[in-house]
Amino acid sequence: MTTQRTHIMVCGGTGCVSAESLQIVELFKEKLSGVGYADEVAVIKTGCFGFCGQGPIVKIHPDNVFYVKVTLDDVEEIVNEHIIKGRTVGRLLYKEPETQKPLPKHDEMSFYKKQYRIALRNCGLINPEDINEYIAFGGYEALGKAVTEYTPERVIDIVKASGLRGRGGGGFPTGLKWELTRKPVADQKYVICNADEGDPGAFMDRSILEGDPHSVLEAMAIAGYAIGASEGIIYIRAEYPLAIKRLETAIGQAKEYGLLGKQIFGSSFNFDISIKLGAGAFVCGEETALIHSVEGNRGEPTKKPPYPSIEGYNGKPTNVNNVETFANVPPILIKGAEWFSSIGTEKSKGTKVFALAGKVNNVGLVEVPMGTTLREIIYDIGGGIIGGRAFKAVQTGGPSGGVITVADLDTPIDYESLKSIGSMMGSGGMIVMDEDDCMVNIAKFYLEFTQDESCGKCTPCRLGTKRMYEILDRITQGEGTMADIDKLRTLGKSIKDSALCGLGQTAPNPVLSTLEYFYDEYLAHIKEKRCPAGSCKALAKYKVIEEKCIGCTACARVCPVNCISGAPKQKHVIDEAACIACGACFTACKFQAILRP
Amino acid sequence: MPVKSLDELRKIREDQIKKVKLRETGESDDQTIEILVGMATCGIAAGSREVLNELITQISTKGIEHIKVVQVGCMGYCHSEPTVQVNMPGHEPTIYGNVDRNFVGEILDKHIQNGEILDDHVLIKTYHSAL
Repeated sequence: MTTQRTHIMVCGGTGCVSAESLQIVELFKEKLSGVGYADEVAVIKTGCFGFCGQGPIVKIHPDNVFYVKVTLDDVEEIVNEHIIKGRTVGRLLYKEPETQKPLPKHDEMSFYKKQYRIALRNCGLINPEDINEYIAFGGYEALGKAVTEYTPERVIDIVKASGLRGRGGGGFPTGLKWELTRKPVADQKYVICNADEGDPGAFMDRSILEGDPHSVLEAMAIAGYAIGASEGIIYIRAEYPLAIKRLETAIGQAKEYGLLGKQIFGSSFNFDISIKLGAGAFVCGEETALIHSVEGNRGEPTKKPPYPSIEGYNGKPTNVNNVETFANVPPILIKGAEWFSSIGTEKSKGTKVFALAGKVNNVGLVEVPMGTTLREIIYDIGGGIIGGRAFKAVQTGGPSGGVITVADLDTPIDYESLKSIGSMMGSGGMIVMDEDDCMVNIAKFYLEFTQDESCGKCTPCRLGTKRMYEILDRITQGEGTMADIDKLRTLGKSIKDSALCGLGQTAPNPVLSTLEYFYDEYLAHIKEKRCPAGSCKALAKYKVIEEKCIGCTACARVCPVNCISGAPKQKHVIDEAACIACGACFTACKFQAILRP
Repeated sequence: MPVKSLDELRKIREDQIKKVKLRETGESDDQTIEILVGMATCGIAAGSREVLNELITQISTKGIEHIKVVQVGCMGYCHSEPTVQVNMPGHEPTIYGNVDRNFVGEILDKHIQNGEILDDHVLIKTYHSAL
């Protein structure tokens, strides 16, 4: 028999793989052959389902049952109950955080309800290591259509009309970029895929490459046809080993099928793709720095113009697009520019993938139409704040972005609206913060990152970010002065105006934006030497609430520096001078008698 | 084997789609026909697994579209196993009892393709009245 009745899809993304999902695949196969069902039931390792906080995820077709947090111990029960007897294993179903109602089908979950998947369309649906499955769901049709039925100009016109813009952060119109690279006359041109995903917390590019590598290869070949290039390079950081492995497999299969190589689809178009590993420097996400790194030089940015579309890799016209941008291209060619531009807002078309992280219940990868509000993403899809605590802010755009407060939760998200409220789209990292997060500390975290990742070529970025970091560090230590705030503002402004590349020009954003929206927190640190969120260790002071303390000694027993004194059944006291503000007493106290700063 | 034209690619797709058709793509509409096979102990003992596999094989060879076969637990008709429930969009569900491999072909040809209800094997015609 050739057709199986059931497909067990097991997530093979990095998140689930680290939770033993590959062993789960093997165990499924072993258990199924043990009961004689190996011929009827296929076990397929697939790409990221996006619901990483609930992994490892196992989805069963055609029953459409979605199991979460599956462990090796659950495999036998799924086989015996679900596969053999047709009974859903209730305890492994996802429960909505609010209602605790178990939901078997993923399209019933609020996490998936508001999502619209274009870039992630095949993630969780196909086996990324099998080109046949990609073809089965319409893969390489767009490339075939482009090279056999369309002129390069027509391809560019379609992409332009779709309104697709760069998903790496800048939001530059993709079709226009292709057109600009097509214009110059040159003996060789290049297509580069920017897979140097560096924003802390962002992992959509990795998931696309791991879950659907062929969609990127196909789109690169389409771009090559459009601009007149015969060579493509994927620049990917070496710290993405699984994505690299799957890309290599995919390139090998595409070559075998003649979908990459010479005379693609019997036309005169030739295109090959190679992989270049990067060392994972944040600045190499900037296209000029990236090109230098591909050339084998130091990953340092250079001044634009000349733009890469005129003078890029090896001095030839080069088109650089990000992974997620590429993943949108094949559906645009198949379904048409009108379909794509019907989704989204006036100036931002299509969807955007966000990596939702931080203090939300549903951590994971979500793809929503442009124009979805932050409230929908955080509360409907994200399931609200963990433990029902109060929302404070959400950070978007990574180290180049800013914070968005509760006042702007209902802003429809697109490139322009995020900019107008002092943040930016960036690559789509979205970190949710609650009342326990100190905004000064958050700004310090991002500056620590940027000053570390600054390539050092231009002075404003090399020295400026370092000084800003030092000032922020001082403030969190309780040693800041009011003059420091002015310094931060002046420095921030001059770095923005004078840095060479995007890294420096946007590095002050997290500081300037927290200064604007959370000025009172800075004041509390400087004037009152107090951290309102209680997260700056140097300023945190824990106290015992006398009325509530019953003298159970639980706090004194867990204190690592023995700074809590008091006899059993007597009120206890914390010696603030010796306290290291670890918070252990707060956690240990069963009577809420410890006051957290 | 290199793909030399769009038609060749489409041919590969037609072969491959059969293997992955049972997966829900998110674009599947409400027009899918559902066939439920009772796979509790009573069903399995009476041969429901063979019935299930026969359904899958025949649907594939006959090339029937917009249909999915799902195994379910006990439907409560242990006296007439194997049981098969047919859910046609816009119609009341029909439950057949004592289904064997031969009868599978009739369900597919007559009921699914022509909308003809096979009275001999019907346990329930609608949810409102049991025969």
